[in-house]
Amino acid sequence: MSQERVEVIVVGAGPAGVAAALTLARAGVEVVVLERGAYPGAKNVMGGILYRQPTEELVPGFWREAPLERAIVEQRYLLLTEEDALGVTYRTPAFGQPPYNAFSVLRAEWDRWFAQQAENAGALLATGVTVEDVLWEDGRIVGVRAGEQGELYADVVILADGANSLLAQKAGLTREWRPEEQALVAKELLRLSETEIERRFGVSAGHGVAIEAFGASTGGLLGYGFLYTNRDTVSVGTGALLSDLITHEVNVSDLLDRFKRHPAIAPLLEGAELVEYSAHLIPEGGWRALPTLFADGALVVGDAAGFVNPLSREGSNFAMISGKLAAETILEARAVGDFSAFALSRYWQKLEESFILPDLETIRNVTPFVHQRPYLLREYPEALTRAFQHYLTVDGTPKAQKYGTIIRELIRDLRPTRLLRDVLAGVFQLVR
Amino acid sequence: MVRVMDPIQDRAGLERKLATTPYHVDRERAHIWIIDPDLCLQCERQQCIVCCPAACYTPLPDGRVKFSYEGCVECGTCRIVCFEFRNIAWTYPRGGFGVQYRYG
Repeated sequence: MSQERVEVIVVGAGPAGVAAALTLARAGVEVVVLERGAYPGAKNVMGGILYRQPTEELVPGFWREAPLERAIVEQRYLLLTEEDALGVTYRTPAFGQPPYNAFSVLRAEWDRWFAQQAENAGALLATGVTVEDVLWEDGRIVGVRAGEQGELYADVVILADGANSLLAQKAGLTREWRPEEQALVAKELLRLSETEIERRFGVSAGHGVAIEAFGASTGGLLGYGFLYTNRDTVSVGTGALLSDLITHEVNVSDLLDRFKRHPAIAPLLEGAELVEYSAHLIPEGGWRALPTLFADGALVVGDAAGFVNPLSREGSNFAMISGKLAAETILEARAVGDFSAFALSRYWQKLEESFILPDLETIRNVTPFVHQRPYLLREYPEALTRAFQHYLTVDGTPKAQKYGTIIRELIRDLRPTRLLRDVLAGVFQLVR
Repeated sequence: MVRVMDPIQDRAGLERKLATTPYHVDRERAHIWIIDPDLCLQCERQQCIVCCPAACYTPLPDGRVKFSYEGCVECGTCRIVCFEFRNIAWTYPRGGFGVQYRYG
């Protein structure tokens, strides 16, 4: 592809890049997606929960034909101590019928299907192409260089190269990530029969469960674990900020092993056979680590832009919608033939009008807030599970005495002045 | 500094897990390398060994660090955690090579 030229180059065939390519191709724009994997999804990992509504903004009715694992009908949140678990469960049949709310997916299959939709719309997909750098001309980005495969020029380059966007760094749109801005997740895909999954998790055919676990299940480290049911596999993983892995000197795979051994998790996985181990970064720097999102001839979308809400495990929806908004920005710019940073700055406006920038701003203080208060995920789960154990244990103690003990211990362990201070700090820092 | 204990508690277990991770290894080009192996002697924490989710970094008896790229999952962790010395040259594998998830 030496010296060739197209209208738009998209680097990366993940949800963000493909959503952009799909939107552009449908509008008749000549768009090429460059993917370094042998196929879309070869390099991609997520938990993975895919939400229905944002996906339908790209492909209406996708759930009738796309490779989806199970419709998630039940969400469990667990607070773990070393051995105990305290939880909240929400389940609704509404999530189990059309149009559904969310699905478990496996990225290698999903990404390939999604990319196929863009190809069907007229986008050109080139796999096995590693983009090494952007090309500059008179201070503006005019294309990309892909090693032996040569150079390709375009009006706009969309950087959709993921959590580890080296391209955004090379283009000077962002700096290197700091360890507190990226979470590392290790994941295991474990095989269980369909009927066994339905029996263990109490769901019917086609329906599934998502479990997220917080707390000190991990011997002191602030981590979280997840478990999602697929059709005949379960995805189980743990993640933690790189800065925490460093401080606690713990490897994320060891963390995952501890999570899998937890008494509340182990029985769910018994006898399940490992199919594939994977690991990936999640950019969690959010609002505080935003790169320059638009430049002369370039836009940054998806994980490359750090568009993730770790609180509500959203990422692929941010990716797809940001890709769509980038494409719409380019369509407007194309109408007036102006691809300058000024013209492409409409992208920022569109992100502000969507949920993407507002959500990042809303949660901007959450990670630092929790990080400054490690006891939230260590001492509080201990205190709360102890209270429940007292409450549920029938041992001949008169109830008035038992309740007194529970309240005294809760006051001692939760430390009301600190709790009050945290509530006030929370109101000021977390509520806009 | 010489590491007395491997920070990965169950390295053998992790290697068994990694046997399920599919790769298309580029035999001609390592996409990541340690720039100056001697610089690792000055690194107290050797966070690459601690954090790599694919156990690609191992402590050597002389205090240096051994790296093998073949089992790398291209996550970027080592590059980010080596912020003190910036001693890791990090590139992506050539197109079509490297980790190749079947499920992801």
